[in-house]
Amino acid sequence: MTHIKTKLGRRAFIKNTSLAGGGLVLGFSWLNSCKPKGADAVAMELEMPKEWYEINGYLKIGDNGVVTIMSPNPEIGQNVRTSMPMIVADELEVDWKNVVVEQAPLNTNLYSWQVAGGSRSISSSWQNLRMAGATARQMLKNAAAQAWQVPAGEITAIAGVLSHEASGNFAGYGEMASAAASLEVPEEIELKEIADFSIIGTSRKNVDGKKIVTGQPLFGLDVQREGMLIASLVHPPAFGMKLKSFDAESAKQMPGIHDIFSIKLYDEDYKKNTFHFTAFNELIAVVGESTWQVFQAKKALNIEWENASDITETVTMFGNDMEVNFPAGMEDSETHTTKLKELVTSKGKVTRKDGDPETAFKNAAKIIERSYSCPFLAHNTMEPMNFFAHVTEDHAELLGPTQTPEWMEPAVSEVLGLPLESIDIQMTRQGGGFGRRLYGHFMVETALISKKMKAPVKLVYSREDDMTQGIYRPAYYATYRAALDADNKLIAFHVKGGGIPESPVFANRFPAGAIDNYLAEDFTLNSNITTGAFRAPRSNFIAGAEQSFLDELAEEMGKDPIDFRLELLKRAQENPVGEKESNDYDAARYAGVLELVKEKANWGQSEAGVHRGVSAYFCHDSYVAQVLDMVLENNKPVVQKVTAAIDCGIVVNPDAASNLSEGGAIDGIGHAMYSGLTFKDGAPEQNNFDRYRLIRHSEAPKSIETHFVKNDIDPTGMGEPPFPPVMGALANALYKATGRRHYHQPFITDKPPLVG
Amino acid sequence: MHPIQNKLTMSKFSLKINGKTLEVDVDDSTPMLWVLRDHLNLVGTKYGCGIAQCGACTVHLGDNAIRSCQLPVSSVGDQEITTIEGLSENGDHPVQKAWLEIDVPQCGYCQAGQIMSATALLKRNPSPSDEEIETAMNGNICRCGTYVRIKKAIKMAVSETQNA
Repeated sequence: MTHIKTKLGRRAFIKNTSLAGGGLVLGFSWLNSCKPKGADAVAMELEMPKEWYEINGYLKIGDNGVVTIMSPNPEIGQNVRTSMPMIVADELEVDWKNVVVEQAPLNTNLYSWQVAGGSRSISSSWQNLRMAGATARQMLKNAAAQAWQVPAGEITAIAGVLSHEASGNFAGYGEMASAAASLEVPEEIELKEIADFSIIGTSRKNVDGKKIVTGQPLFGLDVQREGMLIASLVHPPAFGMKLKSFDAESAKQMPGIHDIFSIKLYDEDYKKNTFHFTAFNELIAVVGESTWQVFQAKKALNIEWENASDITETVTMFGNDMEVNFPAGMEDSETHTTKLKELVTSKGKVTRKDGDPETAFKNAAKIIERSYSCPFLAHNTMEPMNFFAHVTEDHAELLGPTQTPEWMEPAVSEVLGLPLESIDIQMTRQGGGFGRRLYGHFMVETALISKKMKAPVKLVYSREDDMTQGIYRPAYYATYRAALDADNKLIAFHVKGGGIPESPVFANRFPAGAIDNYLAEDFTLNSNITTGAFRAPRSNFIAGAEQSFLDELAEEMGKDPIDFRLELLKRAQENPVGEKESNDYDAARYAGVLELVKEKANWGQSEAGVHRGVSAYFCHDSYVAQVLDMVLENNKPVVQKVTAAIDCGIVVNPDAASNLSEGGAIDGIGHAMYSGLTFKDGAPEQNNFDRYRLIRHSEAPKSIETHFVKNDIDPTGMGEPPFPPVMGALANALYKATGRRHYHQPFITDKPPLVG
Repeated sequence: MHPIQNKLTMSKFSLKINGKTLEVDVDDSTPMLWVLRDHLNLVGTKYGCGIAQCGACTVHLGDNAIRSCQLPVSSVGDQEITTIEGLSENGDHPVQKAWLEIDVPQCGYCQAGQIMSATALLKRNPSPSDEEIETAMNGNICRCGTYVRIKKAIKMAVSETQNA
């Protein structure tokens, strides 16, 4: 047993929440309905109790033993609404069949890191979730001990039943819940041994599964309220432009339209955090009765746009100030590429240097140099941006899909002039996130429109609005160089990468630490095209580039690509270059996934017509290796299979984690192969799925197999890590299949043509 | 009600949806997608692109899977429409059951459209080949990448139905 102090998350254990009416009320009833609002029963037919007793901020127990567990974090498809409550339930020792899951609202007093970002939902709450369950278990035991007059230490709790063997007493959790809720929170509690987990590590189905397959309302766009109006926005047609004037008279006469006006998000002196970014601070809002009417009225507006000026502002990012510049002018992709190519050959900013790379390159017998690039990407969550707000004079209710409720709350507070405590933010299930919903300008927009209309409002972005509004995955460019000596040994390595507006290079990641002479350099190019985090930021390009380069290098050196990586990792493990701490990764775990994938994919056994590529990458504290099998059908590359090996520590919900591995592989193949957003005169050239290509059924791998490394390490990231490396495995398999290396994403448009 | 609404091109439509006759009073050009979502509170049918490229809005018109974002309400007439809400009484259509068994969804947003395309496929072709599945499903984008599971679930529904 691990004993832990409950202090760590003390504020999560305030027993008397405002819901209970304050004072010394210990249990409380849900007055309006016997079923908690928004509750998603694991078993839909579960009978609800007459009375609920709140044990702590994470859970309440009903008088019939049914347990409601709050899922604190935004659910964007990473399945935390199932896996986070699983952790609580395991420590609580309750039968999963008796668990109801409820989405928690934003509550900074009760929860920490209510964010869907950095693949950190599970890892950041792992201790708190376990502690919430274990504390409640202890309080139930203490209540039973008092009732039976026996020592609490002699009471066992299994699957929702408390029992005392010597006295023969037993009781269900429901019977002790009322008494437990009135007890002091214990100072110290025991966490379960990892070996004793009975829910964690077992596959449990998505708690929203039934609602999803029957089309029940779940998502932000599904929100309906009495008297609710629909709003939509018009933004400038190009980056570098802003609103000059507009005439809405005829549009206002259209059926169902209530009002048309412009909104301004932030005053110039408001200091934003980076999640408040928006390319367009002033927008035209069209408000009416139905989405179709509003969309039609947008087309009837007469608008004049003008050129925006250069903007430099100071923003905060996790408490640190930084200056960002959005230059004036209308940009295009051709110029971007020219400028990035210039920058990659100019002096860069050195971010790491080991040994003497300059001399090593000078003395090299052979230098291999290759350049890689990728375009901007739009996140394209299937559910476009939207939100609901009901703002009154002294209160604001917001409901919808956001990955960062806590970080957006100050912005909403600022524009409404309401204190934080007057703002309630709740989260719906979200039709994808991928980083796009970290940037919640749409929450601010909805709040402002609701305030102006004095009515509940749902803001709906059209797909075109969504795709052309910014916050894209940056475009990147990187050049890799390797120096080989006369014996074909690798003596120096150089990576220089940049992008619009940030560099993708992680200077201290592999192969840093494995090569004596190593140089990493950055460069950046400012732009008024807004960018932001996109599933596995920076890694989502650099992994593929690096892993393609290592593949080409291994071939040049006459080595098997897995053996070559393992050799480098052995060096990094046994005799790392630089201080060991300066290398971001654990070389043994890195090698571990490569060895596992080698075994599971039967690497080395060749099958006629099957072309294989391998890749491995570390990000978000997890390690992923993938082998991709490709065949040519009618001269077209077809991905037959992806085999993945993953080390993300303890796997909470294995089948759901496999689903993320499959999704990551498909997502990576799709974006590397088909997707890209290009610009002309400041405007995106793609604004819907007719021109913006996303991977489809027929292009997906025929099968994907996932193997997890088994260990007792606390869980690490799972949402992002399977996405970046597969791009390298794809490029490497493509080379084997077609005889050509592909350096520039999307590969489908790379020249020379993919096949032929 | 906004005063202007009374004097414009609103028409009354009587629609057969999920076995019921439902009345709406909307503009003739309104796509069925928005009639379902905004006027009938059947929000299981999703908006994804509005140009019939993503399949999130798939419903059945008669026995055929169609994109409701491209189906003006005025063109429906007395044809029967089935949405995800009306696919089965208790969410127990073999395809829905297979979806749950395979635990297909990630974010879940596109899945109603995927299920409607899959059920229409199985109605006209109870035992489709892999290629036929891919062709029939190619108009439905899943941004999370659940394609492998979708195919597995369709095959499971096929074998469950055949063994039933």
